[in-house]
Amino acid sequence: MSGARIVRPYGDTTGDGMVQLSFTLPVPHDKVAEGAAVQLANKMGIDPALVAHAKAMGPDFTFFVVYGPVHHLVDLDQVRVVERDYPLLSPKEANLAIRGLLARRLVVVGGCIGTDAHTVGIDAILNIKGFAGEKGLEYYREIRVVNLGAQVSVPELVARARDERADAVLVSQVVTQRDAHLLNTKEMSAAFREAFPADRRPLLIVGGPRFDEAQAADLGVDRVFTRGATPADVASYLVDAIGRRMGAQRAGSTPTEAST
Amino acid sequence: MTPQLDLDEAMVRTARRLAGRAGQPIVDIAQRHTTVSVERAVLRLAGLRGGDADGTPWVNRLLDAVRADVGIENGVALPVWHALARGAAGDLEELAHKAAIGEVRFEVPTGRELVSARSGARRAVRTGLRRVDARRRERDRLVRRWGDPPTKPWIYLIVATGDIYEDIPQAVAAAREGADVIAVIRSTGQSLLDYVPEGATREGFAGTYATQENFRLMRAALDEASAELGRYVRLTNYASGLCMPEIAALAGLERLDMMLNDSMYGILFRDINPIRTFVDQRFSRQVHARAGIIINTGEDNYLTTADAVEAAHTVTVSQLLNEYFAKEAGLADWQLGLGHAFEINPDLPESFRLELAHALLARTLFPDAPLKWMPPTRHMTGDVFKGYLLDGFFNLVGALTGQGILLVGMMTEAVVTPWLSDRDLALQNVRYVMQAAGGLTEDFRPPPDGFIARRARQVLGESIELLERIVDHEHGLLEAIADGTFGLMKRPADRGRGLDGVAVKAAGYFNPATEVLDRSALTARTGAPGPRAS
Repeated sequence: MSGARIVRPYGDTTGDGMVQLSFTLPVPHDKVAEGAAVQLANKMGIDPALVAHAKAMGPDFTFFVVYGPVHHLVDLDQVRVVERDYPLLSPKEANLAIRGLLARRLVVVGGCIGTDAHTVGIDAILNIKGFAGEKGLEYYREIRVVNLGAQVSVPELVARARDERADAVLVSQVVTQRDAHLLNTKEMSAAFREAFPADRRPLLIVGGPRFDEAQAADLGVDRVFTRGATPADVASYLVDAIGRRMGAQRAGSTPTEAST
Repeated sequence: MTPQLDLDEAMVRTARRLAGRAGQPIVDIAQRHTTVSVERAVLRLAGLRGGDADGTPWVNRLLDAVRADVGIENGVALPVWHALARGAAGDLEELAHKAAIGEVRFEVPTGRELVSARSGARRAVRTGLRRVDARRRERDRLVRRWGDPPTKPWIYLIVATGDIYEDIPQAVAAAREGADVIAVIRSTGQSLLDYVPEGATREGFAGTYATQENFRLMRAALDEASAELGRYVRLTNYASGLCMPEIAALAGLERLDMMLNDSMYGILFRDINPIRTFVDQRFSRQVHARAGIIINTGEDNYLTTADAVEAAHTVTVSQLLNEYFAKEAGLADWQLGLGHAFEINPDLPESFRLELAHALLARTLFPDAPLKWMPPTRHMTGDVFKGYLLDGFFNLVGALTGQGILLVGMMTEAVVTPWLSDRDLALQNVRYVMQAAGGLTEDFRPPPDGFIARRARQVLGESIELLERIVDHEHGLLEAIADGTFGLMKRPADRGRGLDGVAVKAAGYFNPATEVLDRSALTARTGAPGPRAS
């Protein structure tokens, strides 16, 4: 497959373009409904569309499963994603790097803000137990973790970050209805910007299954982690970001020392 | 027929005795304190409704005025009915209006005035309690007329649009599709409001506000659906958070049928002050007992934060504590929807057998309680196909172990709030399993020395050890909660939300509702015929 930068979905033969799709239409189940499903699938680029399954859900709705080929091509060279732009470190390497950078423990304050009570995400990253067989940040000797748990208010988070002299603040958001996760995150980042001068502000990191990694700037945070992020990802990012920030501060605030 | 495990009777007795020893000091604390929400519930039972132009309920305005003048140590009833007796206002609502603008000064009466304030308060609150009793009789009548669901477990479905007028058609549709119980999820954050919002509401986050009017609207819609379907469709809401006593009272007044009502959930997962929670808890459970409401406890939540195998015994301990607190408050076995959940990592070898062991343990320990079986959430990854299979296995455990209430799992858990098609597919899953294997309990007798029985005994043993540690703590259960024993959350007794709404009762404390409810709880505990339906 080397050099194949143009791909199609794969059913059972290269290039067959097969996809499956399920959806509901607000119509009673009859022949017209099935025709409507085919029309929709055709318009989505599935042609010919095979309605494999159609079932009435009450008098007013029909559920469909549709199979068929799409003719679209995917150009892998045109794909834009946020790749990890920092080296992935083991806990030992991360500890060593922190000792070298700070000569003290790195302080992380974390919690679920707003009314979100789902601590699964923040606990997976922070608790020593960790996630997917990887130990959480509490396991890192050079990281001091303050886990505030669920339903922390933004002012409370800002105050604790200040009291603990946090280097980084980790916020987890699981509830997404009506974009609560986005609104809460923006409120949080605005509050930190207001409360800290730019060079003293802790790194702001937000995570949750429904975030888009490319949203960081919109949300006013330094980094977004999404589904599948592990404690090592977060620790490695912290080491890298703090290293870069210290480099920039040295370069910016005292230029004469930059050469040393 | 309900499957049973052979458990050592002596161990079971030990576990219950220890739960009682851990719980008794908490009951004592609950009896020594009152809270703003308990006092507001008294005002609600006495008929005070509505709110001011800003939407602040009159019960809050009146209580705040009383509290500013005389505190709540003597209860809200004496100063309020004393004010009414001396003609400060014609009725409760007028009194609240006047108090809100500072036109009334409250005082705690003495002597003859005390006696007359007491009898005025008793009369008013008795009207509310009589309405709760009437609503209970009404439920009994409707259940007789329309019937209970033909099979168990009862199928429990959730609606959560945020808008009561969207919830209603969804709930009716869910009932038509086969739901026996409809739960209206509350708006995220309502548990931290120190008031109950007013009126029909259309704006909520991830759920709909619990208000008296929303309760009434939904119950009326489900009554219509029940008549159409020929079975009584039950309605569930949440008596939790800072206003749990008031919401319990509103549930009783509006004939809700089940209420989420866990003894420790608010402490652990909402960081509500432990004492506030236990005081509010006891009052709300007494109301539920009187109203014939089935409570649902929240043990499933522990397993969303702690490992479902390592922490299995914390579920059992919490169930035993919930049972103790519930019985103390006068609830009967048929009202105890003790919770547990299918949350073991499916990648773990023998995960299904472990789930069976835990579910059978609960079933055997609480043979007469309608256990509430909660679906997987933690290991639902967004792979909807695998999720559908997991939900099938969850349903199979439910069928095999005779669960009373089955919360229907959605394959799109962790992806979207359930779509119409998700609910339909989920119900097909439940129906298939129940039809295909509902009778399998008859053939299912785990051997006494097999994996399942051994695992159940191990969890019971660990539960006893944990209860012993709790009892040995210097400050018992409160200290254990402070340590992070449950769900790994640390919650000290002198911290948490709502602490400033707690007061130590004065010697002359008077509460016309508790007076009656304590009596009915005593009657229920001692087995004398109470106001209980069957």
